[in-house]
Amino acid sequence: MSVVNVPLKDGTAAAPRTALDSAAEARMFRRPSEWRIFWEAFSRDRLALAAALLIVLVCLAAALAPVLSPYDPTVGNNDLRLAPIGTPGHLLGLDGQGRDILSRLLWGGQVSLVIALLPVTVASVISVVLGLVAGFFGGKVDMIIMRTLDVFFAFPAVLLAVAIAGVLGPGMLNVMLSITIVLIPYISRVAYMATVTVKSELFVDQARVSGARPRQILLHHILPNTLSPVIVYGSTLVGIMIVLGAGLSFLGLGITPPRPDWGIMCSDGRNFLSVAPHVSAVPGIVLILVAMSFNIVGDGLRDALDPKLRR
Amino acid sequence: MGQALLEVDDLHTHFHLKKKTVRAVNGVSFAVRRGEIVGIAGESGAGKSVACLSILRLVPSPGRIERGRILFGGANLLTKSEREMRELRGQTVSMVFEDPLNSLDPAFTVGALIGEALILHKGLSRRNARTKAGELLRLVGIPDPERRLDNYPHELSGGMQQRVMIAIALSCDPALLIADNPTTALDVTIQIQILDLVKHLRDRLGMGVLWITHDLGVVAKLCDRVVIMYAGEVMEQGDVYSVLKRPRHPYTRRLIDALPKLGRPEQRLMPIEGRPPDPANLPVGCPFAPRCQKARAECEAAEVPLIETGDGRAVRCLFPED
Repeated sequence: MSVVNVPLKDGTAAAPRTALDSAAEARMFRRPSEWRIFWEAFSRDRLALAAALLIVLVCLAAALAPVLSPYDPTVGNNDLRLAPIGTPGHLLGLDGQGRDILSRLLWGGQVSLVIALLPVTVASVISVVLGLVAGFFGGKVDMIIMRTLDVFFAFPAVLLAVAIAGVLGPGMLNVMLSITIVLIPYISRVAYMATVTVKSELFVDQARVSGARPRQILLHHILPNTLSPVIVYGSTLVGIMIVLGAGLSFLGLGITPPRPDWGIMCSDGRNFLSVAPHVSAVPGIVLILVAMSFNIVGDGLRDALDPKLRR
Repeated sequence: MGQALLEVDDLHTHFHLKKKTVRAVNGVSFAVRRGEIVGIAGESGAGKSVACLSILRLVPSPGRIERGRILFGGANLLTKSEREMRELRGQTVSMVFEDPLNSLDPAFTVGALIGEALILHKGLSRRNARTKAGELLRLVGIPDPERRLDNYPHELSGGMQQRVMIAIALSCDPALLIADNPTTALDVTIQIQILDLVKHLRDRLGMGVLWITHDLGVVAKLCDRVVIMYAGEVMEQGDVYSVLKRPRHPYTRRLIDALPKLGRPEQRLMPIEGRPPDPANLPVGCPFAPRCQKARAECEAAEVPLIETGDGRAVRCLFPED
């Protein structure tokens, strides 16, 4: 039976390892150029690539707002109230209180992007844990987790977010908290469905037959296969959450003025829609573009993350 | 004839459903010796797969092993702890499933999948596992193994996938390989290649093989001994040549008659009339009696014992042939 035994390179037997070592090792044991394969598949989708580029640019611009923005976003110039796009020194014009729209857009981007990205990330992590546990262990655990989440489904998402934000009071942290809570049932369900589907796959039986521990099956075989639907779903949700965050700000439940946020900017401009439509339109268009980009990137990710769709 | 590697003795595996108990395996006994290929043949639902999953103690819920002994290398597997069983699975006893594509995790490359068991059981490093994975691919006859290591399962053909499955199963030098219908998803030419490969590997590695199939042709080509199962019971067992040449149980006879014969295209096939009994409601006597043309009153009156006939064969029939 020694025929199969390939002598190790250094001629000695491998030192025995702890279970944790080998599990970590097993997880790392992939094609070395995994990222490159993913990137090659993703970059083939030109539209997704463009959308990703736009997102990166917008994120960078928002992050660099203190450097890039030409004016203080909270201080207005009364003489130039509602001045149109192209006003000298004010590329995107000024709003109803004479504040530079470009500056507000940059600063507001920080708020809007964080409000969307952070809750989606946090909610995804929590949801993956919930979905995996419920789906993998089934039975009573499944019952308790999924039925509790079902309760949240009884309320329309936006209404729930408004209610939670309303109870907690305005403020950035509270908005993010309410969005996170609203998101968890949705993402959990995606993670749960993926887990249940993957759990009954033959390769899970195969792992069991190979002597894998339940924890290892969960982390090594089920988690990677549930991750890509969650990543894809999450990235499409980011777009929606930018809009929801903006909506909450619009309703006065988001961050407090005079701090800008894309939602507040749209809201502020509505009184001047007939006189100076650009005040609402500029942040609105940016909002739509970014939200759409996240959706497109999500689609691209789905194709790139699934090995079967890659080539 | 080496010593017995695996001895299954009076195994009963039942599924307890809400309203009824499905008796999938009912007092099955057989043995596999070192270096021997034993085929388990029978219709769908005869309990072949459940019997094999019982050996690994992986019967899906609500199934339970009710009774019996499974001796592997002299130790009873049914009294081992779950931890000891995990050590055994994939290392000493490994299993290959019917559907290779769905048995391979799509998220990992072939190299990672083969390496998994090596890292898990043998504590190899990533690099060493990869080297050995390449060797295993060569062993199972995959050309250009180094490059195949980086392929994903779906990028391989069905025959290659099954070879990969076998490579995974062989990765830790198992003493016993259990194969559940591994060639049904493949076309006949690939099937022959896989059968030749298994035979070749058995000769080279000296492991015991338990091969589940419903194809007597595969049994004839591959196996040393055969166990014919029906409704969760062993109907007949013995060496392949004599069982297929001179079947003693009417069921075996009917199975053989139901096969098309080469060179006799004018002969009509003889299907076995009727259906296997409901495993939740098995008859008292011989389970085949309701479909058996030779059945008499005695057959249905009481349980029919498996009678050993001395020449290494055994038959569960009151009125065996010759």
